[in-house]
Amino acid sequence: MAELYRADVLVSCLHGRSPELVSALKQELDRRGLAGEVKVVETGCRGFCTMGPVLTIQPNGIFYTDVQLADVPEIVEETLVKGRAVQRLLYKEPATRKVIPNYDAIPFYSKQMRIVLRNCGMIDPQSIDEYIAVGGYEALGKVLSSMTPEQVIAEVQKSGLRGRGGAGFATGRKWEHTRKAAGEVKYVIANGDEGDPGAFMDRALMEGDPYAVLEGLTIGGFAVGTQQGYIYVRDEYPLAVQNLRSAIDRAHEYGLLGSDVLGSGFDFDIRIVRGAGAFVCGESSALMQSLEGKVGEPRAKHVHATDRGLWDRPSCLNNVETWANIPPIMNKGGEWFASIGTERSKGTKAFCLVGKVRNPGLIEVPMGITLREIVDDIGGGPPKGREIKAVQTGGPSGGCIPASMLDLPVDYESLTEAGSMMGSGGMIVMDDRTCMVDIARYFIDFLKDESCGKCSTCREGIKRMLEILTNISAGLGKPGDIEVLESLAKTVQLASLCGLGKSAPNPVLSTLHYFREEYEKHIAEQFCPAGVCRALIAYQVVAEKCKGCGLCIKACPQEGISGTARQPHAIDQVKCIQCGACFEVCRLDAIQVVPRSAVTVGSNGGNGYKPVREVVR
Amino acid sequence: MPKIQSLEELRTLRAQLKQDIKARTETSTTITVGMGTCGIAAGAREVMQVFLDELATRAIDAHVVTTGCIGMCSKEPLVDIQQSDGPRITYGNVHPTMVPRIIEEHLIHGNTVQQWVVGQLA
Ligand SMILES: Cc1cc2nc3c(=O)[nH]c(=O)nc-3n(C[C@H](O)[C@H](O)[C@H](O)COP(=O)(O)O)c2cc1C
Repeated sequence: MAELYRADVLVSCLHGRSPELVSALKQELDRRGLAGEVKVVETGCRGFCTMGPVLTIQPNGIFYTDVQLADVPEIVEETLVKGRAVQRLLYKEPATRKVIPNYDAIPFYSKQMRIVLRNCGMIDPQSIDEYIAVGGYEALGKVLSSMTPEQVIAEVQKSGLRGRGGAGFATGRKWEHTRKAAGEVKYVIANGDEGDPGAFMDRALMEGDPYAVLEGLTIGGFAVGTQQGYIYVRDEYPLAVQNLRSAIDRAHEYGLLGSDVLGSGFDFDIRIVRGAGAFVCGESSALMQSLEGKVGEPRAKHVHATDRGLWDRPSCLNNVETWANIPPIMNKGGEWFASIGTERSKGTKAFCLVGKVRNPGLIEVPMGITLREIVDDIGGGPPKGREIKAVQTGGPSGGCIPASMLDLPVDYESLTEAGSMMGSGGMIVMDDRTCMVDIARYFIDFLKDESCGKCSTCREGIKRMLEILTNISAGLGKPGDIEVLESLAKTVQLASLCGLGKSAPNPVLSTLHYFREEYEKHIAEQFCPAGVCRALIAYQVVAEKCKGCGLCIKACPQEGISGTARQPHAIDQVKCIQCGACFEVCRLDAIQVVPRSAVTVGSNGGNGYKPVREVVR
Repeated sequence: MPKIQSLEELRTLRAQLKQDIKARTETSTTITVGMGTCGIAAGAREVMQVFLDELATRAIDAHVVTTGCIGMCSKEPLVDIQQSDGPRITYGNVHPTMVPRIIEEHLIHGNTVQQWVVGQLA
C-alpha cells in the first residue's frame, strides 16, 4: 500500500545543480521527526531554471524559488510545522522584462470584443474541467435552478439577439413561436453547416469551445420545451465533429446532458448529424430534410419550421454562434447584451477576415464598428503598395461594398441597404488587383454547383449567368450582355423558392451596381483594368523605367523575356501567357498591364511601342 | 465522475477545479499549442511533437496542452508559454526548427525570444 503523507515537498533541481538541497531537507525533516509525515520528491526540471532551485509544497501549492541550503531550516519550521509561507522565497514576477505588448494592445485585438469566442484559443476544448473552471455551465445551472422557460425566453428577447447564420431573425421570437407551437415533441437544432467559401468562424467555435454550443443548445431546449437537440455539422470539419462528440460524452458523465440534468428533472440529449457539405443544406428546410435522411432540398415555407419542421414537429433552428451567445446572456442578463452594438443590431459578431489584408484571421467585433476599422485597424490594411477596392460580405450570395463606403457601420440593416448582407460572417477584402467581373464569376460558378436544381430559375438562370460572365472575361462579351444579366438576375431572384436562388444574383447585381464601368471596359474596350482576365490583357515593358536588371527574365516561366543587362528588356507576346510573374517581381514598376490590342504580336521584341494589329487568339 | 446534482455542486466543483488549475499553473510551466484546423494546417502537430521530444530529452517537466483557434490564423502555429502565474507569452509562426531555441532561451535562461513573440496575455 502506498504510504500516506501529510505533505509533499517537490524539489526541482536545476538539472542537478543543487543535489545537496534534497539531502539537507531530508536531514532537517529527520531531525524534527517529520520524516514519516512529509515526503520529499525530486521532480524534473520545471522550466524555471533561471529562478534557481525551485520548491513546491503540496497540498498548499506554495511555490518557492531560488531556495538556498541556508533556507532549509526556516522552510521546515515555518511552512511544514507552522503552515505559514516564507514570504521572501515566494515567487515574484520579474519586475520589468523588456516590454511585450499585451494582447489588448496589439492592434489585431484592441478593437475586438470577445463574447462568443471568449474561450477559443484560451482553454483546452477537450477538457470539460477547463470549461467549468472558466465559468462554464453556470448559466445552465442558473436557468435550471431559478428560471422558468418563459423567463429564459424573455431574457433572450430583452437581449435583442438576432440570428448569426444569415437572415438575422430575432432569436427570442423564434424560441417563443416554437414554445407556443402545438405538439408534445419538439426539436432544437444547431446549424453548423457553414458553407460559405472563406468562412470558418463556426468551425473555430465548434472546435475551440464545443461546450459553449452544447450549453446554449441545452438552455434552448429547456426554454422551448424539448428533450432532443441536434447539431448539424459538415463532415468536412472532422476536428469539430470529434471535439463535439467528446464534449457530449463528457457532459453525459458529468450529468450535464442526459436524464435529470443537474438534478433538475429536465431531460435533454444532443445528437450530432454529419452533412455531406452541400451549401444548400445550410438552408433551414433543406437542413431538416437532410437531417431526416432525405435529399437536401428546400421546401416552400408557408408553414414555418417553428410549427412544422423536422419530422413535421415544431423545430427551432439557430446558427451555432447564436447558440454560443446564450450562456453569456443568461449569466450577465439581456440588458447587458443589449447595451452592446447598435439600435437594432445587438452584441458582437464573429467574422472571418480574409483576402488582401495583412492580418487575416478570425475576429469578433461589436456591431456598429465600421468596415474601415475592421479592414485597417484589425486587418492592418492592404499589403504594401496595394489599395483596397472592395469588401465582400455575406458569403457567396452577399455583395461587394466598394472602398468608398468603408465607413459603413457593420450591422444587419446597413449591410443590406448597401446591397450586401451580414450572412454568417465571411468578409473578403479585395485590392486593386481584383477584377470584379472575375469575382462575380467565381461566386456564380460556386452557386451553379451548389444549386440543388429544384427550381428551374435557379438551376438554369445561374448557369446562363455564368456563361455570360465567362464570355465577358474571355473577351467574348457583346453589347447587351449586361442587360441580359440584369434581367436574368431579377428572374432568378423572383422565382426561386429558397434563399440560395433568391440571393444568388447578389454578387452580379452588387458588382454591376458599384463597378459597372469595369464590366463595360471588358466588353467595349476588351480590357481588364485589374489585370486578371488573361484573355484581355498583355504585359509590356516601359522602356524608360526598365533598368535591365534581369529579374523578370528569371521569373518568366516561358523564357519569353529577352534583353541585355542594363538595357530595357522586351516581352515576346507570342510566348507570353499573361501569368504576371514578371509584373510581380519588377521592383521598378517597369512592367505594365495594357489591353491586348495595344501590343504587337511578333517573336522578336514586341516592346509595345509600335501600333497594333489584331491579336489572334 | 459522479454526476453533478445541483448548481451548488457545480460551484463547489468549479472552485476546486480552479484551485487545481491554479496550483498547476503556479508551480509549473504550461505550453499551449494552437491546434485548431488552422494551426494543424500550418504545422502545429509537428511543432508539438518537437516540443514533447525536446522536453523529454532535456528532462523538463512542463504541461503541453492544446487549444483552439484564437483568431490570428495567419500567425499559426501559435505557441503560448506560461510560467507559474506569470503572463502567457505567445510565439507566432513557430517552426519545428525554432523549438530548441525557444526552450533553451525561454525555459532554461528565462529570456523570451523577442523576435518571435507576438504578444502576451497578462
Ligand atoms: C443557401 C443558404 C445557406 C445557408 N447556410 C447557412 C449556414 O451554413 N449556417 C447557418 O447557420 N445558416 C445558414 N443559412 C441560414 C439558415 O437558413 C437559417 O436562417 C439559420 O440557420 C437560422 O439560424 P439563426 O437565426 O441563428 O441565424 C443558409 C441559408 C441559405 C438560404
